[in-house]
Amino acid sequence: MREIAYEEIVKAVRDIIVYSACNLPADALKAMQDAYENEKSPVSREVLKQLLDNAQIASSESRPLCQDTGLAVFFVKVGADVRVIGGLLKDAINEGTEKGYKEGYLRASTCHPFSRANLKDTVGYNLPAIIHFDIVEGDKIDIEYAAKGGGSENVSRARVFAPAAGKEGVIQFVKECISDAGPNPCPPLTVGVGIGGTFERAAISSKHALFRTIGSVNEDPEMAELEETIKTELNKLGIGTMGMGGTQTVLAVHIEANPCHIASLPVSVNVQCHSSRHTHITL
Amino acid sequence: MSQTYHLTTPLSDETVAQLKSGDIVYLSGTIYTARDAAHKRLVDLLDAGKELPFDIKGAVIYFVGPTPPKPGDPIGSAGPTTSYRMDSYSPRLIAEGLKGMIGKGKRNKDVTDACQEYKAVYFGATGGAGALLGKQIKSAEVIAYEELGPEAIRKLEVVDFPVTVINDAYGQDLYQIGRAQYEVK
Repeated sequence: MREIAYEEIVKAVRDIIVYSACNLPADALKAMQDAYENEKSPVSREVLKQLLDNAQIASSESRPLCQDTGLAVFFVKVGADVRVIGGLLKDAINEGTEKGYKEGYLRASTCHPFSRANLKDTVGYNLPAIIHFDIVEGDKIDIEYAAKGGGSENVSRARVFAPAAGKEGVIQFVKECISDAGPNPCPPLTVGVGIGGTFERAAISSKHALFRTIGSVNEDPEMAELEETIKTELNKLGIGTMGMGGTQTVLAVHIEANPCHIASLPVSVNVQCHSSRHTHITL
Repeated sequence: MSQTYHLTTPLSDETVAQLKSGDIVYLSGTIYTARDAAHKRLVDLLDAGKELPFDIKGAVIYFVGPTPPKPGDPIGSAGPTTSYRMDSYSPRLIAEGLKGMIGKGKRNKDVTDACQEYKAVYFGATGGAGALLGKQIKSAEVIAYEELGPEAIRKLEVVDFPVTVINDAYGQDLYQIGRAQYEVK
């Protein structure tokens, strides 16, 4: 049984949080540069230029890319042959999150759902983190992290269709979601689509789909084709960068599909703004 | 065609009247920050017949919840938040003399109607350009509701803060105009 110190996890989580807030990952930066090259609208091109400049300033001056530094979302795969010494893995991730947000001068954005009281002095600074655990073979701890902003989360949707809806139903559902959202979620977007499973599995899959490298091809050829079809449809909407009108509304569509009940076709759409701050480490 | 203006706050009716959807504006002077929670309190004050914590006549409100400043900086990253959450409060403030709002995303008809009736504009700033926009803010001071943290009301001094007119005082909407040009039916 391999052992990892609690403090090592705290430090690793703290470090990826501070770094991710100020440095757009290579895949997102490349996708934005491509959008700038391909955009037909001069207004959207101008805004894309501003966003590329923003990424440059954020990185060189260690300033957060966006004031919405998000809720901290983690997908954690824990090897069956590793254990944490000195505390619980969940606590280490939360402690690293609090340290990262505090020491990186990032925004504390968690609050009570009704009173809206900020939780920074009660529960903790930007706590709790949203953590999805899985147990796998091996002796490593694999951590995928993303800072998830509120604007794009607010336009996300889930629905359980009857099986007859089929692929066409899925395409229309995603299209309606992005069309209605318009400028609000800060396009150009990455669109995560969770298909199948149960109601909550579809939602979690749509979130996890956003962690995939932008520009990577789905391993399932049928889903890869559906991703391209949906992307083409979404880019016909004309929304453009920040809704100013244009041809580059969506950077990528990522699908995660699961087996589902014979009676259902659950579909979830989770939307990611252009500031796709995600990263991946293995301990 | 779209015009470019350099304007200083507060804004007059005459200034607002010349602005059209799609115009680019570089704003300088004092602007105030407020998000949902602060807007609710402002409207509650008006309902109670009390004074607002700043002069609303000709004022510009920026919908933003900045990151904390690093030591030596006036403010952290400070891009716009999504504006629809302020839709239920903005018309009341426009009727009291608010002339400009800065945010991102769509406004509802109540807001755009109020912009026409009382001569006000809604500006869009680039969402997600928080590092770049934060640098145009030269000073920041919390003037009300400090306990709201990032949602407190701040008085900001800005220089050449870049915004685009989304909704003008004539009922035009840049989001509709821009999208219609590129939509493939």
